[in-house]
Amino acid sequence: MELFLEQTLNGLQSGFTLLMISSGLTLIFGMMGILNLAHGSLFMVGAFVAADIGARTGSFTAALLAGVAGAALAGVLMETVVVRFLYDRDHLDQVLATLGLVLMANQGVQMVWGIAPRTVTRPPWLEGSVSLFGLDYPIYRLAIIAAGVATVVVLWWLIHRTKVGMWIRAGNTHRDLLGALGVNVSLLYTGVFALGAALAGFAGVVASPYLTVEAGMGDNFLILSFVVIVIGGIGSIRGAVYASLLLGLVDTWGQTYLPTVVGRLTDPSTAAAIGSSLASASIYLAMVVVLLMRPQGLYGAPRG
Amino acid sequence: MGAGHMGPSHRRWHTWIAGVATLGLVMAGCGDSAGTADAPSTGAVDTSAPEPTDGTDSPSAASTADEPATTGSEPVTVGMLTTLSGNAAYLGEDTQKGFELALDLAGADNVELVVEDDTQDAETAQGLADRMISRDGAQIMTGIVFSDVANAVVPTVLEQDMLYLSTNAGPSTFAGSGCDANYFSVSYQNDNPAEATGEWVKQQGHENVVAAAPNYQAGQDSVNGFRRTFGELQNEFYTELGATDYAQTIAQIRDEDPDAVYFFYPGGMGIAFVQQYIESGLAEEIPIYGPTFSFDETLVDAIGEAAVGLENASFWAPDLDNPANEEFVAAYRDAYDTTPTNYAAQGYDTARLLLSALEAVGGDVSDTAALREAVAAADFDSVRGDFSFGTNQHPVQDWYILEVVAGDEEGDYTNQIVEQVLDDHVDAYASECSLDDG
Repeated sequence: MELFLEQTLNGLQSGFTLLMISSGLTLIFGMMGILNLAHGSLFMVGAFVAADIGARTGSFTAALLAGVAGAALAGVLMETVVVRFLYDRDHLDQVLATLGLVLMANQGVQMVWGIAPRTVTRPPWLEGSVSLFGLDYPIYRLAIIAAGVATVVVLWWLIHRTKVGMWIRAGNTHRDLLGALGVNVSLLYTGVFALGAALAGFAGVVASPYLTVEAGMGDNFLILSFVVIVIGGIGSIRGAVYASLLLGLVDTWGQTYLPTVVGRLTDPSTAAAIGSSLASASIYLAMVVVLLMRPQGLYGAPRG
Repeated sequence: MGAGHMGPSHRRWHTWIAGVATLGLVMAGCGDSAGTADAPSTGAVDTSAPEPTDGTDSPSAASTADEPATTGSEPVTVGMLTTLSGNAAYLGEDTQKGFELALDLAGADNVELVVEDDTQDAETAQGLADRMISRDGAQIMTGIVFSDVANAVVPTVLEQDMLYLSTNAGPSTFAGSGCDANYFSVSYQNDNPAEATGEWVKQQGHENVVAAAPNYQAGQDSVNGFRRTFGELQNEFYTELGATDYAQTIAQIRDEDPDAVYFFYPGGMGIAFVQQYIESGLAEEIPIYGPTFSFDETLVDAIGEAAVGLENASFWAPDLDNPANEEFVAAYRDAYDTTPTNYAAQGYDTARLLLSALEAVGGDVSDTAALREAVAAADFDSVRGDFSFGTNQHPVQDWYILEVVAGDEEGDYTNQIVEQVLDDHVDAYASECSLDDG
């Protein structure tokens, strides 16, 4: 039972981390129709800036602020220099251009910060663990869950209770009308892109105390975020929330219990390997099942 | 809602799937490389450009025009194909630094070093190897870091009756029945570090042990190597290659409640695993042991204070007590202002072995058989002290247990020898190899 509780918390924590990344990705796609493969690079830039500032100042708060700001700035740069020219282009062009950005970013961070991997030190008040129903669970991971919940609340408020949120919702469905109503669409796009980038950067900083800060660290997360927004429904933040948590839990429970299930059929060593492979595949299986039943995703706009 | 963009949304779907698939392919292409496998570099990118200073003409050969250390009419061209970009770039960079340092110290002007970046990609590496041999005239090849790259490139080299001196990768492919008279491993056979760790964990009196490793060939080989000296395991856990979050594996370890944990997580995976394991509070109750790949001088600096006291297995340490090592560590610190890693030591030893062989044959590499014999003699002072080749031309060497300790400066960590755990260790495949002139 303790194992189940611990794995559920682990699943929630990885789900919320995923949510912070994929909500930005789905926001940008829903608003501007841009397929941004370089979103994982923004996650990485946030982590690298935080590692740098954290090492210089010794303050996690400074590292967090700098990481989020750094990712947002990188996002603005990306939007104004490259992505802006892709809005009217084919999705294939967008894939190629942003994949190029991924390669440049991975090499770029190594040119700026060197090839040795780095880490971010967590703040002292989040170190150690607390006892939950007899289980010692790291405080930092609970803090990530809290940060994830806060992200959801803030995003909900932003999108449903503010004027900018109204524009974003309008841009999702009636993009052309938005300009006609006198909204500065170009500025709005840059702003939304920066917001998405800041969310990715936030995830990067928050995750970096337990991850390794190195080139390409966002790539794995990017693939998972794609799965999230395909399951959740493209452009839907609410879908991204549910899909992230679903993936986090399916993956964690799968890794834990599948090897035991397979172990009934074959020897432990092979079972461990096969079970682990099956668990890795389980999230993609979940995607297939959802797509078969709801091709538009859980909360996507129905098509036809 | 959404009635307005039925068409585009339909098209979006296809491109989305295509995008995910494209990306998946790109990642998978890099993903199946060994070691720190989440390298971002793709095969298409030739990143040999970023190292212009160490490039084609060896600074050592050009700059130190003193007395030639050995007599030879023409310099020998050595092709070093190694990983200089991506996450594992420091492995290749250190290998190259160690190799060049040995040439510099010897004042060797009879060796011309040609260096290329294999980008940790087998296909790229094959193309580069062909080019180095045919265009640059490489006569001896060396430098490959990753076993899957070595498996792809080395057979081509051996076919041309050229010598290959392995600075790092030691796959079983070339150790057992597939051994080759022209192949020398100057590092170790891949299973050795796990075998040394297994012996040590057994000596510590641990009985119930679990293993954790990435789910790929080298991970499973490592667990098998551990089992070879330790015995049966209580359980084993395999994680996705390149995984970054080990919370669920750690929860399973907690649930198993073993006496000790063996883990094999090279590179960045090792930093993540060790940090998270310590964070979980389990480290105080259940000790972890692993090969040195997760504890080299670059990685322990990244893990920091938390790594102090962790034990790992290696064939070498900066404080290994012999004159050759003392000279090496001092010269390396002098030249590069940092403590050498095991990769630097391996590069250094390989260069010194090569120089000793070139001296023996008078700089003439046209007679492969003579050169081979000279290399096999291993007539050089290794930084490991005791060093010789076994029947399969892999090292017969001692293995040590090291402990991470704080270095001289703040934020600097290094490894110190605890004790020797295996003496003149021969790898498990040697008996399957039949070379005529051992």
